[in-house]
This record gives sequence, C-alpha cells and structure tokens, in this order.
Amino acid sequence: MRFDLSRPFDLAMAMSPDLFLFVGAMALLLWSAIGRDGAAHQRRIGVAAIAVAAATLLLVVAASTRGWSAGPGIVAVDGFRWAADLVFLVGAIIAIAMSLDYNAREAIFAAEAHVLILLATGGMMLMVASRDLMMLFLGIETMSIAVYILTGIDRRSPRAAEGALKYFLLGAFSTAFFLYGIALIYGATGATNFQVISERIVALKLEQTPMLLVGVALLLVGFGFKMAAAPFHMWAPDVYEGAPTPITAFMAASVKAAAFAAFLRVWLAALGGVYAQWHDAIWWLSAITMCVGNIVALQQRNLKRMIAYSSVGHTGFILVAVASGTTQSAAAFLFYLVAYTFAIMGAFAVIVALGSPGAPRERIDDYNGLWFVRPGMAIAMAVFMLAMLGFPVFGGMGFFAKWYVLQAALQASAPQTRLAVLLVLTTTISAGYYLYVVMAMFMKPRPEGADQLPPTNGLSRFIIAASAGIILIFGVFPDPVARWTRTGVDLVPLAPQVEPNFTQSAVAR
Amino acid sequence: MPNFFYQFNFYLFGLIAIASALLFVTRKSPVAAALWLVNVMFALAALYVMLDAHFVGVVQIIVYAGAIMVVFLFVVMLLNLGDPKEISDVSGKWGRLAAGLVGLALIAQIMTLARSSAPPSLVQPPDRVADDLKALNALGTIAKPLFGEYLLAFEVTSLLLLVAIVGAVVLGRRRAAS
Amino acid sequence: MSPSLSLALLQVVDRQAPAEFWPWFVATLVKLVALFTIYMIVVAYTTLAERKVSAWMQDRYGPNRVGPRGLFQPLADGLKNIMKEETLPPYANKVLFMLAPAMAFIPAMILWAVIPFAAPWASPWGRIEMQLAPLPIGLLFVIAFSSLGVYGIVLAGWSSNNKYALLGGLRSSAQMVSYEISMGMSLIPVLLVAGNVTLNEIVNQQASLHLWNVLTLGVGFFLYTVSAFAETNRLPFDLPEAESELITGYHTEYSAMKFSLFFIAEYANMLTQSAMIATLFFGGWDIPFMRADNVGAVSFPLVLLSFAIMFAKTLFFLFFFIWIRWTLPRFRYDQLMSIGWKVLLPIALAYIVIVAGTLLALDAAGLKRDFVYGAILFAVNAVLAVVMFRILDRGRIVSPAYGRLDPQELARLRSVSRARTHLTVSAGD
Repeated sequence: MRFDLSRPFDLAMAMSPDLFLFVGAMALLLWSAIGRDGAAHQRRIGVAAIAVAAATLLLVVAASTRGWSAGPGIVAVDGFRWAADLVFLVGAIIAIAMSLDYNAREAIFAAEAHVLILLATGGMMLMVASRDLMMLFLGIETMSIAVYILTGIDRRSPRAAEGALKYFLLGAFSTAFFLYGIALIYGATGATNFQVISERIVALKLEQTPMLLVGVALLLVGFGFKMAAAPFHMWAPDVYEGAPTPITAFMAASVKAAAFAAFLRVWLAALGGVYAQWHDAIWWLSAITMCVGNIVALQQRNLKRMIAYSSVGHTGFILVAVASGTTQSAAAFLFYLVAYTFAIMGAFAVIVALGSPGAPRERIDDYNGLWFVRPGMAIAMAVFMLAMLGFPVFGGMGFFAKWYVLQAALQASAPQTRLAVLLVLTTTISAGYYLYVVMAMFMKPRPEGADQLPPTNGLSRFIIAASAGIILIFGVFPDPVARWTRTGVDLVPLAPQVEPNFTQSAVAR
Repeated sequence: MPNFFYQFNFYLFGLIAIASALLFVTRKSPVAAALWLVNVMFALAALYVMLDAHFVGVVQIIVYAGAIMVVFLFVVMLLNLGDPKEISDVSGKWGRLAAGLVGLALIAQIMTLARSSAPPSLVQPPDRVADDLKALNALGTIAKPLFGEYLLAFEVTSLLLLVAIVGAVVLGRRRAAS
Repeated sequence: MSPSLSLALLQVVDRQAPAEFWPWFVATLVKLVALFTIYMIVVAYTTLAERKVSAWMQDRYGPNRVGPRGLFQPLADGLKNIMKEETLPPYANKVLFMLAPAMAFIPAMILWAVIPFAAPWASPWGRIEMQLAPLPIGLLFVIAFSSLGVYGIVLAGWSSNNKYALLGGLRSSAQMVSYEISMGMSLIPVLLVAGNVTLNEIVNQQASLHLWNVLTLGVGFFLYTVSAFAETNRLPFDLPEAESELITGYHTEYSAMKFSLFFIAEYANMLTQSAMIATLFFGGWDIPFMRADNVGAVSFPLVLLSFAIMFAKTLFFLFFFIWIRWTLPRFRYDQLMSIGWKVLLPIALAYIVIVAGTLLALDAAGLKRDFVYGAILFAVNAVLAVVMFRILDRGRIVSPAYGRLDPQELARLRSVSRARTHLTVSAGD
C-alpha cells in the first residue's frame, strides 16, 4: 500500500505505531498523575508502560510485513524505519523492566520516569521516520529533553544532578549547532526535505557552495554531540556515571542508536550528493573516536565510566560503516545496533542486579571473584564483555557485527582500508579493558569481608539470560538477523539515488 | 518616495538593532542588559515587517518581548543578584578578547556566506511574497504549510512541549518521600 | 472603455482605489493629529468622569468647584501636577525610574494605530482608510503591543527600590502575563468567525452577519472583557496598586507629572480596551440597521456618522469600566490567579474547540455566512453561556452563599449555630 502523505488519514496510518505509542504514553501520564506516589504505583505504571511498548512493537512488526510505502512528504515509510524502531522498542522495554526494580530500590517513586522513557522512545521513532530536517529536529529534541530529565530523576543524588545539568547544557549547545546547520542548509538549497535537498544538490550543482558545506559541518557537530563522537564526547562519561543505571543503559543503547539511525538517513538520503566533501570529515571523526574512546577506557576503574568510554569507541566503529556509505554498510550498521543494544543492556542489567541500596557496586574491583559467588552472573557478564569486544564464538553476535562492518568498509566502491586497519587495531586495544573485567571476575579472588550480594529476582535474571542467550544464539546463526537487516535496508529509497553519486565523486581513499 | 522611506527605515532599525545588541552585551546590570535585548527584538521585528513578513515580526514581539523577556526580567528582579560588578562572569582581558574573536569569526562567516550567490533557480521573483500575501493574506501564507505539509511537525511540537512541561513538574515537585 | 482611458478623459480619480502617496501622506498627518487630540481630551475627561460617576453612585456631588459643574477640573489637575515637586528616591535606578511612566503609557497609545475609528472615506483623491495604519495583521499587533504595557509597571516597581513598589511590580507582571493568555485565547473565536486578522475585516464581517460578535460569540466577549479588566489593572483586579496593602504599589515613589503619567496611562489603557471591545464585539464603526456604510468607501457625512457611532460605543465601555470599579470589591491575589489559570483559560480553550467545531459543521452543511449562520451561532452561545454561568456560579454570585450546600447539611449547620447561640446566651446568664 502506498500512502499519499498529504492526506491526513494516510499520514495517520503511516505514523500509526508512533501515534499509538504517544497516545499510550499520554494516557499513562494521566494515570501516573492521578495515583499516589509510591513503590506500588511506580511498578503499576512501569508494567503498563512495558505493555504499551510491547503493543507498539507488535504494531511495528505488523507494519513492516505490510510492505507499506509512501509518496513525498515529511515522513518515511520504509524497512529501515521499522527495523530501527524495533531496536529502540526492545531497548525501551528492557530499560523499563530494569528500572522497575532499580527505582523501587533507590526510592525513585516518580512514576513518570517510565512514561518519559516511552516518550523518549517516541522521539527516537520520529527521528528515524523523519524525511525532513524540521521533523528530525523535533524528534531529536523530544528524545533529548526526556532523557535530560531521566538523567536527573534521582533528585537526592548530587552526581545525577551534575550529570543532568551537564547533559542539558551541552545538549542545548549542540542543539544550537544543529539548528544553525539546518538554517544554512536551507539557505543553500531552499528546502528542508531530504529528497528535495538531494535532488537540488545534484540539479543545481551545489557541491562546492560554502553555505551548504558550513551547514553540513555544523550538522555534523550537532550529531557528533548526540552520538558522543570523539571531540564532542566530553559529556558522556559524567552523564553515564551520574544517571540511574537503567537510564544509562537506555542512553548508551537506544539514544545512541537513534542518533545513528537519523544520522545515516540524513547523510545518505539528503547529503549523498556531497559525499566527497563530508567523507574526509567523517573519516577523521571515526578515526579519532575509535582511538580516544578505546584508549581512555583503559584507565577507567568505574564500570559505568568504562562502558561510557567504550561506547564512545563503538561510535567510532559504527562511523566506519557510515564512512563507507553503501547499502551493505547500512545493513552492517543495523546488525551492529542489534548486537550492541543487547550487549549494553545486558551489561547494565548485571550492574543493576548486583547493586543494593547504598552500595551501587559500580567499580570493577567489586566484580573480583564474582565467578565464585555468582557463576551465572559472571558468565553472562563475560558474554556481554566479549560481545562488545567482538570476540568470536563466545562474543556471539558481537563478532559478526564487527565482521560485517569490516566487510562493508573493504567492499565499498571506495574501500576504506585504513579505517578498517584502525578498527582492528583499536579493537585489540579494547581487549585490554574488556578482558580485564572478565579476568577480574574469574581469576581474582573474592576480597575478604566483601558484602553479601543481594539476591537477584526473576525479572532481572530473565533480562540477563535472554540478552546473553540472544547474543549467543544469533552469534552461532547470524543469518536470520543479517537477512532481516538486509531486507530492512533494501526498502530504503536512499540507495538508488545516492549510489551513482558515490561512484562519480568518491575518488579519495 | 516610498523607496526612500524604505531605505531610511532599514538603516534606522538596522542601526538600532546593532547598537542595542552592543549595549546588551556590554551592560553590567542584568536588568539593563535585558531591556537592551528587548530593544534588539523590536528592531528585528521592524526589519521583518519591512520584508513583508508581518506575522513573523509580530510573533517576534509577542513571544520574545511580550512573554520571554518579561519572565526573564521577573526572574532577574526576584533573584536581585546584587552588585553588578560582583556577578560579572567575564574574567579579564583574555576572556573578552576570545569572545570578541569568536564574534568576529561569526561576522566574517556571515559576510562570506552572504556573498556566495544563490543559484538562480532558487532566487524567488521579487513580487513573490507580495503576491502570496495578496492571495492568502498575512496569516494564510504561514498557516497553509503549517497545517498542511507540516501538520505532523506542528503536532509533534506540542508533544515536545508536553515532555518539557512534564519534566519541569517531575523535577520541580516536592515529594513526600524525599 | 478601459479604466485608464476613462480616467484620462474624465479627469476624476476612482474613489474606491487607494489614494496616491501625497494625499495619503497628508491624510495620515491629519488623522494623526486629530486622533491624538481627541484621545488626550477623552483621557483627561475620563478622570473627571470617574470621579463624577463614583460620586453619583455614592450619592454625593463630586468635583464641582473648577468651572461650571467642575468641568475644568482636569485642567486644574494637570496644572497642579506640573507645578508640583518632582521627587527622586535616592537609591532608585534613575534612568529606568524616569523611563517607566512613559513605557506604561506608550503601548496604550500605539494600539490606536490599527483600530479603525470610522468607515473608509471615498475622498476626491481616492479611498482613505479611517485608521492610521491598515496593517494586514491588525489584531496580532494589538495582542503584541498590549502585552508590552507590563514593562512600564514592572520597571517602575523595580527601579523605585522600594518593597511595596517591587511587590506591586511583581504582582502586576504575574497578573498581566497570566491574563494575556486568556485574552489571546478569547480572541481566537473572533478570528475563526472573521477568517481574517485585520480589524476592518472583523468589523465588516459583523456587518455581513447582521449580528455583532457579542451575540454570535457572547462567551468570548465575557472572557475578553474579564481579561481586559485584569490587563488594565482596573478593579476588581487592581492588585498591583491595592492601596490598602501596598500603598498604591508600583507608583508609591512617584510624584507630580510622573505620577500623573501613570494615571493617564491607566485611563489611556481603558480607552484603548473600550475601543477594542467595541470593535471586536460590538461592530466597531458599523452603523446599526444600515447597509450604506458597508459598501466600501463612503461619503464624508457617513464617515462622520460612523465615527460618532464608534465614539459612542467606546464611551459606553469607558462608563462600563468605571461602573464596575465602583460596584465590585477587589479580589484576593490567589483568587485572581486561580480565576486566570483555572477558570478563564480552560473555558477559553474549550470555547475555541466548540466554536471551531460549530463553524466546521455549519460550513460543511453548506450554510452561507449570513443572518441564519449568525443566529445558529447565537443559539449555541446562549446555551454555552447558561451552562457556563450555572457551573461557575454554584451558589456564589446569583444565589445566596448557602445555595451550594445541600438542604440536609444546611439544616445541620443551622442547628449547630442555633445551639451555639443558645450556649453563649446561657453562659452570659
């Protein structure tokens, strides 16, 4: 079915999963305002929020099997959108499930926290659906504002307040860059619609227009902040450390994935025509990000900070896929997102499960000898660490994620050989800290007089086991997921428009 | 004759805007600075009106001068920040110099960008805006795309505001438990 | 024969076409001077009217010494204020202290630039609008500039460096910002019906429906008028000055002509709001029961007649402002805020939805915009008004204070109070 987006009903159908999510979130907001604050109310709202997210997930799955498409308009209806939506929704469901217990334990009784996760997810879905810079901006802001608040939702924690304030200020700053970039791109092309922009760049030969290039550069800076790419990553460690752990997981997985998905769409669908101009910038961004993230992560002794830096490193890896700019790399990118989401979510779920009130247990030393007291947890954590490292077999999907990105980089029409080499090198560096955690858990003795670890309840166990299981199973049989990501990307209308330009203009590197 | 008025008004409001902006950043007292900013908004609104963008001009006044700056002034007065010299956060010569350099760089950038000529197919015919205004009146030119092509974006804006409001309430509200 | 040829042959100007530059320029200057003169005289005499009306309502004479029946009182007041000593508080912010009275006055005056005060004149030099600046966004201009009046008051309060003044300034900024919203919202139905934001079109539309907006949009009129009282800081919403608590609030420290300027600003605002109410809801310059004035530019006598009509309507609302002031007591501050945010704003929002829905339905039914259309709107509004007042009243205004108690509760309270009276009496024994 092909939607005519100028008709309100078609527009509503095209946006039906997003609208459902938002309407559900607003209903829950009402409910959470009516009930009395407390552990029970918080849990009820949380469960309802999971239900809303799961229903949206089903809607997205249903939508993705219908083969919908759309005419010109400000939203895209394609497989890439549905695929990315699935990743966000799974991330949101896990994050809400994690915060059910975490919030009860830390006495965060604001039931709105769960709803804000839903609203942020809605923002992400709008981001990846948008085919217009204005719409994209609104999606980004909806997501960002919700996440700023979630970062500071624990009002008694000074670190959370610090993180929230830093995130908010730097986020607002990056928004300014972003808007300025949009304004300049509009000034140069007279359009905010991706398709019109890309057509005009080609038709009017705007490749060398300074206004367009400055606009693209500013847009890149804005995205760089959101993705935490290297020179713009300063906020990430403090924010990740200060935020409540489930929210950190949500930020590290879903928020970053959303920024990437939107980034990919803008860069390939709208700015494909100036590939030769932005390629160098992204090349350097990717290289610096890989180096900085992985090297700085080596010194971290706080697990949340370490994962924060490692996620900066992952940003660099994903940027390799963007820099190669082909359909194959878009598929690799989707696969990476799936693997990465489960690994990050799982790792943070372990951190949440092992903490207790007053003893968050976020330092790596707290994990010494975990194998001797909680073998299951230790194994799961090892799987997540190895997956992030990209270790074969035991790292499951993580290995294939890196493998596909490498493959995409090397098989692109302009092969990214140097980036691929750098990727392998920095991955080797990252082994230094990922394996250190594994080593600490399995080889170091449990320190004398360490506190008793709290019992883990069924929900946490399920989340951790499911994440680890998915990583391992699809690590052995990656084909279904790989096929799914490819079908996701095949439907993106960006490929036919953009690829001819690549062959023309991609000369360097 | 009308052309002379146009020129005269352009330079008048342009100079007012620039002078007020300079005064805005150099005043030490926050209240005085805020008032100069209001003046900048006014001059900009006048320039918008001269570009036939009546709606944008008026909204500039309603939103910035009428709402945001009043609330801003309100906060400044309530906080009663004390002696302006103590609260000044511009530290020394170097800070000012750096800020000035950034400003110069921005001006240089705008100058270069303004020179790069737009491709002819993007340049609108001179009477385009006036024709639009005649056909759709001052609001229709804004309302038509806003409630047509950008309907979804318009609605999403309200969602964005909802999220911000909920956030302010969640973070600001007194809790029995804490 | 083509129009240009006919012009050349007959040597006459098309009286319906807009005037050329020079006639327009001269006409604008004349309008400017005339309007300003009339405006200032009316403002001056409103101060006298205020005192006379209050005297009449309180059964006394009022000022009657200067001139016949006290008619020269405003002149004497002006002279007195100019001769008085100007005081400047030692710790005041001098520039803002001097600037504030002017900033309170100017926005009220600027609004007259867009208010049409008579039907357009078909002059020998072409059509001349009877409004200083026929902006394409007239109503928005009004909203924009009426929101600026708050600056004068806030700055006066702050720059005086006096606690009463500051409190008055803060109260006023909170009050005006709050009521601005319901004011703007109550105007949206007017725009919906008119389909245009120029004030002249709003007047013409009311004429074309043969019904003024006060009937077709009665609830909107109520909301706007209440907000207008709050915006002009008039009783029952004169919290920023509240003599009994704040010693006249923001202008505590002002004397002589600067004080007088605040006074003038208050009446200027009243005059402007009266004209706005007249234009938006009472047909503006439209002459009732007459079609000749609504056919484009008209002859000069008709222009004068329409001006007289507009003037009369405006004066009536000035009287209305004064009438209310000497009738109602002042609200408490929390009541003021809750009326603004919890009563007026929700009603205004709901009203927008209802009016928009009604218009949509009427247009979908293919109804022409004429009397029947207006009559249906009137019926809807009448029902809404009844419902609204029943809900709002709940035994507070129209019915006695005990009207909202249920009879059993009332009986119980009465018995309690009777018992108490009995007790005190017996204790006295």
